[in-house]
Amino acid sequence: MSTPFVQAVASGSIRSGTSVFYAALGEVIVERAGMVNLGLEGCMLTGACAGFIATAEFGSAYPALIVAALAGGLFNLVFGFLVVTRRANQLASGLTMGLLALGLTALAGNDYVGRKAEGLGHWEIPGLKSIPFAGDVFFQGDLLIFGVVPAAALVWWLLYRTRWGLHLRTVGESRTAAFAAGLNPSRIQYQALFAGGLFGGLGGAHLSLSVAGVWLEGMTSGKGFVAVALVIFASWHPVRALAGALLFGGAVAFQLQLQARGADISPFLLDTLPYLLTLGVLLVWGRRRQFQMPGGLSEVFEGTN
Amino acid sequence: MLTPDSKAAVATRWASLRRLSPPALRGPARFVASLVIALLGFGIIVALQGENPVAAYQDIVDTTLRTKYGLSEVFVRMIPLLLCALAVAIPARVGLVNVGGEGQLYLGAWAASWVALSFGSLDRPVMLAGMFAAAVLGGAAWAAVPAILRARGWLNETISTLLLNYVGILFVQYFVFGPWKDPLSANFPQSKPFPASAVLPALSTYRLHFGLVFGLAGVAILFAVLRYTRWGYEIRAIGGNPEAAHRNGIPVRRYLVVMLLVGGAMAALAGFGEVSAIQGRLRPSVSPGYGFIGFLASWLAGHNPITIVLMTFVLAVLTAGGDSLQINQGLPFASVNLLMALTLFSVLAFRGSNRVAAS
Repeated sequence: MSTPFVQAVASGSIRSGTSVFYAALGEVIVERAGMVNLGLEGCMLTGACAGFIATAEFGSAYPALIVAALAGGLFNLVFGFLVVTRRANQLASGLTMGLLALGLTALAGNDYVGRKAEGLGHWEIPGLKSIPFAGDVFFQGDLLIFGVVPAAALVWWLLYRTRWGLHLRTVGESRTAAFAAGLNPSRIQYQALFAGGLFGGLGGAHLSLSVAGVWLEGMTSGKGFVAVALVIFASWHPVRALAGALLFGGAVAFQLQLQARGADISPFLLDTLPYLLTLGVLLVWGRRRQFQMPGGLSEVFEGTN
Repeated sequence: MLTPDSKAAVATRWASLRRLSPPALRGPARFVASLVIALLGFGIIVALQGENPVAAYQDIVDTTLRTKYGLSEVFVRMIPLLLCALAVAIPARVGLVNVGGEGQLYLGAWAASWVALSFGSLDRPVMLAGMFAAAVLGGAAWAAVPAILRARGWLNETISTLLLNYVGILFVQYFVFGPWKDPLSANFPQSKPFPASAVLPALSTYRLHFGLVFGLAGVAILFAVLRYTRWGYEIRAIGGNPEAAHRNGIPVRRYLVVMLLVGGAMAALAGFGEVSAIQGRLRPSVSPGYGFIGFLASWLAGHNPITIVLMTFVLAVLTAGGDSLQINQGLPFASVNLLMALTLFSVLAFRGSNRVAAS
């Protein structure tokens, strides 16, 4: 494997992993509060659609990022109505929300299919960009790519260094204990869902405003589910979610590069690679980490709830 | 203004009214009420699109329930939904969450197509039996990976079945765009048409096909096994408390694997029915999400085989009716998803049994 190939895969992995990373980061917050949001797929789709429409209307992608984040947050609050207020089954609610997003965004984005919008600008850091290899990999990208590390740090700080984070994790371990300690579990879960939705919406916006540059119906194609899986791999930790997203992005970039170089393998088989890799890393590293699962999640995964 | 006292009085009066209504009716009444809420919500969206909601609903009823053809189309949609719901309900009985119906359906379609395309000269009964067996094996094999990983305690089946959906769909697309592509259909990625012997018999003059028998037989067998056999007793024991079941000598692991394999086979039969009776060849889109909607149908029905039949029937009316919305009312295809999602949403939100699970 030549250096340009490795370099293309490395910079591509950051680019392809960014949307999944933001989604996974949002899901870390949600799962730490004791919920599994399979509607993350729909949350990303909502962000992608809202962000694209806002960009087309405002003429700029930067205010559109705010719209995308808020759309994701609001979307998650609706999920919250089902699982927090109505105590409906979380997995079924998540899939229902996914279907809802698929229908709503297809309807809302119908007039925008095939349109091209001025997406996120491409930035290069002067000086550092000219470092061989590392310059191309680390010091160029768009706003969301540069925001990856600060976002992971922010969520880590929120979860582990603030009172709110402590309360949130308490609720995630046991609603009953949190309630007995005088917290309002429902309010905290809604807050977690809103915060997580902001990140999920941003992740979706990165797809439509940077990676693809267009709006397509159902364009997330399972990335939300991958993000949920990566959260398990990351053992519910924001910084390890970054590693997971890079692995997934690496698999995507690897198969894209192989295709671009005309490798004689079917693109459909190559497309399975990111999903299989996600399963593989879960199998190898996820096993030992099951005991780190927030207590409130186990009943969801046991299937009895 | 209500004083706290009068509020309490209203509450007791309300409770006594509720006590008067027979419990058996409360669930169905709630179900109908949430259906009405969903239809109202969808009506608003239709109106926002500049169409007449009353005409749209009239159209759904006219094209589904009022004609023999329409009713046949409803059952055509109900067959894969029913089988995919069983694919969820059967493993759910031992506490497994199978979100992989979509992928298992595609694998069943692929395996049945393999038999139809490779052994074209077989007689019809042998051919159909072969396709049936291949589909069952294909779906079970696809479910075997998550089943074994789960039974050994290595990987939770929720996530693995979910991710394998995408792998299964891409696997089928690889064959349809690659080795199995019909050279005669230049621009359409699809396999060669199946021989006539590979088409499941129809049950009416319309498209309603033999797959309905698979679905209803599945429901009947599940019901009977759960109720009248030792297996059913042990399954219920595991579903209630796997630890206690294990200590009483029930082979819990074996049940976990077998139930997920049977579930996979059920979804695979849905794929068999679609390629054999409806499409007559393998196409890249075997299913518009039957696996996912079947999952929701099973959860909403509480994994109860009889309730599943009713639930999938209602969802099938919406799917079939949604198609006519698209054709006659000029609404985009996405409206079908929206109608379905709103229905599921309001059933989930307003179901009474949610509270039981509250901690």
